Amino acid sequence: MLRFFHQLASPRHFYRISGKLIPWLALACLVFTLTGVYQGLVVAPTDYQQGDSYRIMFIHVPAAWMSLFIYMVMAAAGVIGLVWHIKLAEIVAISSAHIGASFTFLALITGSIWGKPMWGTWWVWDARLTSELILLFLYLGVIALYNAVEDRRTAARATSILALVGVVNIPIIHYSVEWWNTLHQGPTVTKFDAPSIDLRMLIPLLLMAVAFKIFYAVVLLLRARVEVLQRERNSAWVQELVKEHE
Amino acid sequence: MNDFFHMGGYAVYVWSSYGIALLVLLANVIAPVRARRKLLSQLARSKQRARRMQR
Repeated sequence: MLRFFHQLASPRHFYRISGKLIPWLALACLVFTLTGVYQGLVVAPTDYQQGDSYRIMFIHVPAAWMSLFIYMVMAAAGVIGLVWHIKLAEIVAISSAHIGASFTFLALITGSIWGKPMWGTWWVWDARLTSELILLFLYLGVIALYNAVEDRRTAARATSILALVGVVNIPIIHYSVEWWNTLHQGPTVTKFDAPSIDLRMLIPLLLMAVAFKIFYAVVLLLRARVEVLQRERNSAWVQELVKEHE
Repeated sequence: MNDFFHMGGYAVYVWSSYGIALLVLLANVIAPVRARRKLLSQLARSKQRARRMQR
């Protein structure tokens, strides 16, 4: 087992193993997404307050969860890269930034589209929405900083520190609906007592959450592979790969 | 079936959300796939150039 992880940390083995893993993960992601969307749009009943507009939730909530989850992965990978100088951790951190930014964007835009019919406005400057917008800017800041520094390793170190500082924002987003009065509804699933949601609505929500997690894994691997190739382009095994590509 | 697409009057909001989600997910997949292809052909070209230089 330990040997497996040791090999995984070597770029060459990572490239090989991830290449085998991706098709299976992609298949699993597709299955979860299709059943999730079907359950969410067809099986789940119409909400007694919000009508069918609430079906946006099956995109919006998992996307928002991902925006927080990916940020934590990015910051953790950044710290690992910073402390132990593991290249693969740096690669995971910067690849996550791109995916995290797009999930944050998706959470914001679907929230806005949901807000229009329910709240009567596309946007309010309340705690939840503003802190989520700051999260998007943090992701974009990480990407911009990484691209601005020429040397990849220095860039990775600088972005790790920025990502780490931004972690402060994560609990603020999570608790914003409890700390401040807001238009945004409180948590219905992650409460300690039983979730206050119909099971037929909860199932597609969880299916989509799993689907997005697997999707993140797939895109993370795809991105990390490119980044590995880029960094190892002078090594013998990449040259071998290029020969096959010719 | 018509009811399904009508979404109780919220069709514009629901379908645009799902549409945007699809676009965002697709873009996430396409970007690294294209980047990999571009990088490999770029490396192949510079390799050929190096070989020509040797002759």
